[in-house]
Amino acid sequence: MSQVFSFHGGIHPPENKKQSTRAPIGKAPLPQQLVLPMQQHIGGPADPLVSVGDSVLKGQLIAEPIGRISASVHAPTSGKVIDIAHYPVPHASGLSGECIVIEADGEDRWIEHEGIADYKAIERTELIEHIRASGISGMGGAGFPTDVKLHLSEDHIVNTLIINAAECEPYITADDMLMRERPHEIIGGIEVIAHLLRPSHILIGIEDNKTNAIHALEAAVKHCDLNIDIVVVPTKYPSGGERQLIKLLTDIEVPAGKIPADIGIVCQNVGTTSAVYRAVHKGEPLISRIVTVTGDAVRHPKNLEVLLGTPFRSLLEACDLRPEALSRLVMGGPMMGVTVDNDRIPVIKTTNCLIAATQQEMPPAPPAQACIRCGMCEQACPADLLPQQLYWFAKGREFDKARHHNLFDCIECGACAYVCPSNIPLVQYYRFAKSEIRTEEREQQKADHARERFEARQARLEREAAEKEAKRKARAAEAAKAQEARKAAAAKPKEEATEQATPDIKQLKTAAAVARTKLKKAQKAFDEAAAGNSEGLAELEQALNDARSKAEAAEKALEAGSPAPSEGGNAELKQLKVAAAVARTKLKKAQDALKNAEDKGLDGIDKLRATVETLENKADEAQKAFEAAQPAETAEKTEAPAKPEPAAEPALDAKALKQQVSIMRTKLKKAEAALEAAESDDERSALQADVDDLKKRFDEATEAFNKVEKAKMDAAAQAGIDLKQLRIDAAMAKAAITKGERALKKAEADDEREQIEQELVAAKAKSDELHKTLSQYD
Amino acid sequence: MGTVLTAIIVLLLLAAAFGVLLGYASVRFKVEGNPIVDQIDAILPQTQCGQCGYPGCRPYAEAISNGDAINKCPPGGQSTIEALADLLDVEAVPLDSEHGEEKPKSVAFIREDECIGCTKCIQACPVDAILGAAKQMHTVITTECTGCDLCVEPCPVDCIDMIPIETTPNTWKWPEPPAPMDLIATDRGRGLATSEAH
Repeated sequence: MSQVFSFHGGIHPPENKKQSTRAPIGKAPLPQQLVLPMQQHIGGPADPLVSVGDSVLKGQLIAEPIGRISASVHAPTSGKVIDIAHYPVPHASGLSGECIVIEADGEDRWIEHEGIADYKAIERTELIEHIRASGISGMGGAGFPTDVKLHLSEDHIVNTLIINAAECEPYITADDMLMRERPHEIIGGIEVIAHLLRPSHILIGIEDNKTNAIHALEAAVKHCDLNIDIVVVPTKYPSGGERQLIKLLTDIEVPAGKIPADIGIVCQNVGTTSAVYRAVHKGEPLISRIVTVTGDAVRHPKNLEVLLGTPFRSLLEACDLRPEALSRLVMGGPMMGVTVDNDRIPVIKTTNCLIAATQQEMPPAPPAQACIRCGMCEQACPADLLPQQLYWFAKGREFDKARHHNLFDCIECGACAYVCPSNIPLVQYYRFAKSEIRTEEREQQKADHARERFEARQARLEREAAEKEAKRKARAAEAAKAQEARKAAAAKPKEEATEQATPDIKQLKTAAAVARTKLKKAQKAFDEAAAGNSEGLAELEQALNDARSKAEAAEKALEAGSPAPSEGGNAELKQLKVAAAVARTKLKKAQDALKNAEDKGLDGIDKLRATVETLENKADEAQKAFEAAQPAETAEKTEAPAKPEPAAEPALDAKALKQQVSIMRTKLKKAEAALEAAESDDERSALQADVDDLKKRFDEATEAFNKVEKAKMDAAAQAGIDLKQLRIDAAMAKAAITKGERALKKAEADDEREQIEQELVAAKAKSDELHKTLSQYD
Repeated sequence: MGTVLTAIIVLLLLAAAFGVLLGYASVRFKVEGNPIVDQIDAILPQTQCGQCGYPGCRPYAEAISNGDAINKCPPGGQSTIEALADLLDVEAVPLDSEHGEEKPKSVAFIREDECIGCTKCIQACPVDAILGAAKQMHTVITTECTGCDLCVEPCPVDCIDMIPIETTPNTWKWPEPPAPMDLIATDRGRGLATSEAH
């Protein structure tokens, strides 16, 4: 027999347990509708697996746990899911939570279920998983998912298992009746839990006011191999508190902020052990529990085995409620329970008691008075706290100080409020303070999270901006490089070209320009000298001649150096024209100078005259050369296309003709405009003649052009070639060549290059052919 | 004369020793940044809403540390002002209504049928709580939303609502118990005054 220790404080309220222990556990009637909240436990709410309209069987899983600390929910009876929505849940707030509503079909048909034949044979984790799947959570009041506690032996050394059978709160007899009637279930459950946790010894803590239960348990324990001690503790509220019971049975205090497992102890409620037994041996998930229905307002207070989800109203009816006497409906015990004003609220896994109290039984709380600092609350506190201090801090909203006075070690047992002579609702203050602190913490957490995210976003934006900038810079650098490369590539062929045509044209041009300037200067100096009739004229003349010869040489070199007029001799023609013009200008200048000199009667006149003459000759020569080149050019022009043209009877270039036509048209238009503007009759008649003439010429030109065009078309038609198609083909061939060239440039391997070269040659040949054909008709 | 000299020398030596000690300490225990800014920032609600006139909570924290008023944060409300007053040892003043009223906490909700996928709200969200892509429907990750309102303004089709957060049994707070009754007639009004002050 274990020794019994004691804990600080505690009270002895009237027990009021006898009323509900007279009758055996009854069976609550099956209600029409069962409302199953998704959160019947501590932790995350379960997630519905069924949808509205589904038929469910008794014991069928209807909601699965989300997260580690969560519990599944099963259908307590067979029927149909008629709604999944928010309904009032058993909570102090009176708020609604998500619920699955099942309409019972009355058949109460079980889903196929089977217990585990030999739970010792299977893996422990598998066994715990089975218990988790049965949706078992602590049935003493807090509702902590049992499977989490069963895992504790994995990371803690568990040497003591304490079964909490104290049931210290007044009125409640659910555990008492369970122990009286089903002790073997409890012992069976203990065996399973002991198998999982492997404690060195097991203690069942039970208050000495439950004599029958003690006898029943003692009888059951005799058949058990385990080392189970039934420890009878004196009746004192709140000996059923986890920490208080541990202190009572082991004299060890669980440190603040730690769990019993940290000191090697695990506590389980007797109701939970029974549920574990059923789940393991019978395969029945947690779908019902024993609820004490008591209070003066019911005629037959008793314990009922109730399906989860049964509304309070049907329990009260089952116990013969006197509605007129009911003043307060309390869910839970009178010390820790909460008042509910809705009798449709369903029974959940943690509902152990329902008190239908009369006015006399639970009078409304007398108005609170000022705290007189009597210290009685401190005497009563089972957690060794300073209740009045906590009260002041809570009232003054000094939550930090309340925290430092270990507010969170308060178990809200209500002993302090029970003894308070000023009727101060102390527990309400603590609950208020606790929820304020929790909210603050939640908000702080959220704020920290938001800050983290904000900073992460800022960092990301900065990084992105930096990356963008870097990319932009890289792109700019690349573009600059490409530009340079292009420039270099452009400069190369030029260089090559100039190298071929040595000496450099540009240089030649500059030299020529310099020579010309020098010549001009010399000329000017000579003119001035001549005008001033000074000496040294001969020297100047010499210099002038030198300059002239130099300039001429430069000009000649330039002419020779400029690219050979390979195509059509157009450039040559131009040059000749320019040369002729230059010669003419020079001649004019020389003539002017000569005239000037003659007027003044100077010495160098003869010389100047000679120069003018030579210049004249030169100009004539240039003009002649130009004229000679021009007809040759035009002849070439007209002849070149005429040769391959078979149908070109009027051997004329179509293009030239076209030009002529448009020129004629313009001239005609001008003449017509002049005619209109003309005023005198003579003028008009002359203009009229002009216009007529022009008209005639225009018509002729048009006709000639049309003829050529038609001939071309005819020729093409004869050859059976579509001109347009031909042109497209030619363009495509050209493109193919450029492509090939590019590929050739890129190609590195010799084999590849050879292949491409071959292809290029073929493409060139094709292109040439096409162009030739095209030029025949163009 | 000798004693005076000794005293002066001793004092000078002491001064030099402590000077060296202080100099070393100022280098060794140098605090980077302004720790008070961190403390203020920790109190601010981190909605990053900018209602205070600063681009985020930290800039406002910096401004407060430089002497700005502590009552410019509507999302934090009176409790934040009180916490700041406590920290900075200044008078707690009521919220400056110029920067907005204290509103119930809310989260943004996008009416997804109406969303055209313009990504404007995504760019506006300071905590990346909006999910979506160009021309795809957007949605708000409610757990990340701080309720700062910044996404409402840029939405071209006005499909964002700010929905007050509903109280669930898990977030419900126990109410403060009513103030105790007055003991004697002269106390009348005092309890009221204290309850109002809270």
